[in-house]
Amino acid sequence: MNAPAEPPPPRSALRLHRELSAIWGSGTGWQRLASVNHSVIGRRIMATAFFFFIVAGLLGMLTRVQLATPKGMFMDAGTYNQVFTMHGAMMLFLFAIPMLEGVAVYLLPKMLGARDFAFPRLTAYSYWCYLFGASILLGSLLLGVAPDGGWFMYTPLSSNTYTPGVNADVWLLGVTFVEISALSFAVEIVVSILKMRAPGMSLERMPIFGWYMLVTALMMLVAFPPLILASILLELERAFGLPFFDPTRGGDALLWQHLFWLFGHPDVYIIFLPMAGVLSTLIPVFARRELVGYTMIVVAIVAMAFLSFGIWVHHMFTVGIPHLALAFFSAGSAIVAVPTAVQMFAWLATLAHGKPRWELPMLYIFGFFFVFVLGGLTGVMLAIVPFDWQAHDSYFVVAHLHYVVAGAFAFPLLAALYYWLPLLTGRSASPRLAVPAFWLIFVGFNLTFFVMHLTGLLGMPRRIYGYHEHDGWTALNLLSSVGAFVMTIGFGLLVIDLLVQLRYGRRSRRDPWRATTLEWAMPLPPPAYNFASIPHIDTHGDRMAPGHVAPALARGEGYLGFTRHGWQETLGVHMTSGVPDQVIVLPRPTYLPLILALSTAAAVLGFLFKAYLLSAAAAGIVAALFVYGAMGSGLKRDHGPLPIGHGLSVPPHTEVVGALPWWALVFALVADATLFTSLVFGTLYLWIAAPAWPASMPPPDLGLAVGAVVALAVAAFAARRSLHALRAEAAPQRWMALAALALFGCIAAVLTLIGALLPHPQEHALGATASVLLGYIAAHAGIGLLFLLSNLLRLRGGWVSARRCTDLRLTRLWLDYSAVSGAIAIGLVLALPSLVAMLGARS
Amino acid sequence: MSLLVLTGCSGQLSTLDPSGPAAASIARLWWVMLAGSMVLFVLVMGLFALAWLRPGFGSSVPPQRWVLLGGLALPAVVLIPLVGYGLAAGERLLPLPFMTPPRIEVQAERWRWTFRYPDQGGLATEGVLHLPAGTPVDIVVSSRDVIHSLWIPRLAGKIDVIPGRINTLRLQADAPGRYQGQCAEFCGQEHTRMRFDVVVHAQADYAAALSAVAPRPESKQ
Repeated sequence: MNAPAEPPPPRSALRLHRELSAIWGSGTGWQRLASVNHSVIGRRIMATAFFFFIVAGLLGMLTRVQLATPKGMFMDAGTYNQVFTMHGAMMLFLFAIPMLEGVAVYLLPKMLGARDFAFPRLTAYSYWCYLFGASILLGSLLLGVAPDGGWFMYTPLSSNTYTPGVNADVWLLGVTFVEISALSFAVEIVVSILKMRAPGMSLERMPIFGWYMLVTALMMLVAFPPLILASILLELERAFGLPFFDPTRGGDALLWQHLFWLFGHPDVYIIFLPMAGVLSTLIPVFARRELVGYTMIVVAIVAMAFLSFGIWVHHMFTVGIPHLALAFFSAGSAIVAVPTAVQMFAWLATLAHGKPRWELPMLYIFGFFFVFVLGGLTGVMLAIVPFDWQAHDSYFVVAHLHYVVAGAFAFPLLAALYYWLPLLTGRSASPRLAVPAFWLIFVGFNLTFFVMHLTGLLGMPRRIYGYHEHDGWTALNLLSSVGAFVMTIGFGLLVIDLLVQLRYGRRSRRDPWRATTLEWAMPLPPPAYNFASIPHIDTHGDRMAPGHVAPALARGEGYLGFTRHGWQETLGVHMTSGVPDQVIVLPRPTYLPLILALSTAAAVLGFLFKAYLLSAAAAGIVAALFVYGAMGSGLKRDHGPLPIGHGLSVPPHTEVVGALPWWALVFALVADATLFTSLVFGTLYLWIAAPAWPASMPPPDLGLAVGAVVALAVAAFAARRSLHALRAEAAPQRWMALAALALFGCIAAVLTLIGALLPHPQEHALGATASVLLGYIAAHAGIGLLFLLSNLLRLRGGWVSARRCTDLRLTRLWLDYSAVSGAIAIGLVLALPSLVAMLGARS
Repeated sequence: MSLLVLTGCSGQLSTLDPSGPAAASIARLWWVMLAGSMVLFVLVMGLFALAWLRPGFGSSVPPQRWVLLGGLALPAVVLIPLVGYGLAAGERLLPLPFMTPPRIEVQAERWRWTFRYPDQGGLATEGVLHLPAGTPVDIVVSSRDVIHSLWIPRLAGKIDVIPGRINTLRLQADAPGRYQGQCAEFCGQEHTRMRFDVVVHAQADYAAALSAVAPRPESKQ
């Protein structure tokens, strides 16, 4: 009955390959839609993101056609506004963010020595969500109802009054859809990096790219929630008339800007850090010297992450905030140059101390240095408040932001593309087309955007669709447009180059760059299982000799160099030390993620077309599918420690305390708590800053409010007791029923409170924010009920036991969080009347 | 530099052709920062070029020192004086309360500008802002609909015009003449056309010139 005590002896590399491929392979034909493998999904994300880069790039070209001559007649104002809005929104939300996720999904497991990502079905679901959300945006463009308020959607221009059509809803729903997929990727990236490295790879031995992605993903967890909240609030205002941003009803237009840039500024670093990780990986390989200042770089990127959350106001220097406050943000924005400079000089020192080889990717690294340094310098200029008063919202800023994102993202990404091309396609890059393509892109880019600095200083504001001859901008704009065409030709050549190499490129030999990281310790292109056996790391993860370790791994001489029960097995390790602590059995290919994403898309589309019942029904199906999808995951019986090779045995993931879902929930709650904090911030911000607030507010029903908190506490307590009961081999069901009952009670109390709110949520921001605070509690109680339902079903199905109790621990954590956040939310709602009285009425 | 201003930087909306103390101070800031940036850019790209042309050139300086010098010392030397200078310059441009210059109330609306002159008997003009030369003026802005931004590049930086809020920009035009202003914050369909003229009069002629062009507020109702 039990698995064999010792793994079978090593076999030939080829036999092992066949056995593992049979288990790990994705199907063919339509079955590909069921694939959950990280290499497959990673490639899909990158290909989709690249497609949207092309679309967004073409939109950018259209703006250059319009502006090439004065009084351009190429597009009318309405079309132009859609085009520039979608250029920005697509580049950022549909290209940059998904692309970095795709790179992470594809590379991280290979680089860290794992066979797949932590939650393969979630990876697939997040990809489909991204694809469908992006398709909604693309469809709106084709139908001519695309968002047209600028990619940062300032209120009240984006509110119902001034954008009555569906355009703004497309942005809010589509982008939120994509953002939620980004959040799930972030959770997965964090958990995978922390728990799924090769044994022996302690955190301080982790390849530097792992550190960059860890910090990036943690930043995503904290940066996206404010935007998601802002989008929800604005959509509530547009769909149901809750006035959060309407100054005539106690809202405030600037609340949107604070929430948006609280996301938007860190987002620049979220885009930059993964690519800086690429540079920190590539430069040592080509300099033939290990990276200078590994520890200093880790400190620098952590510092950068923290600083980036403290400088969002530098996008708002002209809104009329007191100068002293601006001084703080100005200094902060300048200080962020320090961790950037630390990395720049670490890279320069690596090159200066090494014996650099000037191969193809180094061309793009040169492009990075040239472009990014200029973008950084203009960034410091814009951090100086008085200069920003002139340059803000002018073409100077357009030039600056393109230098930053192209330098921070596009050039390193193309370096990465040529570097990892052999891994992706198994073919080696040739310089014949690649070098001219680089120079066209490089020269075209600089021609386009360098002159824009001057265009801006000569007074040209952004987002205008035309200008006069006597404005003096004609020659400069024509130069920019010519440069844009040169750049486009360069990108066209790059695409041709890629297609040619895909078809006719020379087969690459293993480890073509003599690299130093694990992703090269596998056949090219990599098999679905990555590693036939998982290596033990006894040196730094950035100083490997993949060419040497690969044959032994292929023969199965590492860990898990065998197959067992047809399971897709990989190893989980202790977070910091890298000691193996669990065998992770991953799920098989399934259509569930696709069906789930289709239902989610139906819910979003229903909302978009104001078919709220349909939308709610689809959301119900999504919830049911989540519960159903959880049904068959895990193992149906206790196994105890399983041998993993080299005389070691560890329990399967179902029987450990630090299971992946546990950590996933912990990090998801970090994001959730950030959203809640933003909501509390928003409430207090409106209380202090918004115009048109009343002198008093009738207090909500104290009994109901206290009752809701007590109910949440009872539910949390009952969840605790049910876990105790399960561990003591007693029946936990009675306690779970009590928890469910308490949650129902809480929802009833909270909904009654919302119904009785004064001022009415549609009449004043005061009522609207109170209703969202209360709604937050109801939503958490509702999700708590889903947790309990899933627990009951899985208990009955035999998926849960005294040893396999992760399910109940998740429920306990969720209900603990709900109780704490619920108490704070109710406390704030109860405090609102006295807060309002404290400040008094204002017009 | 002045030659450059005359040839490449002139234009009715050019921030590099200032005609008031605020714009002049910011233009000066720009030229200083441009010079400093060019030095830094040449430094970084020079180091990169040396790594290519003279391999191993930097090995005499220990790696840690590279990072400390370039990553900490260099930014400190550049940024501390720059931020300090920027703050001092910004402070001088603020509408501080110890003086109360004449007010002009600006109302922005999609897609036009209305200017009211409370110190001139409540006269109002639409699409043309009349200013006295050589004296500071407080421009008090408010919006009737969405966010706009008032920007007269040759006179001063911009100030956002936000519904539900009132912002103030202090500016001064040095010499009589015609200037241009525009909306700098995207405000919908015809944002591009939301421009206005600025006419600066000699102080002595200001009141007369204004009442000659502006209808009385009663006649406008």
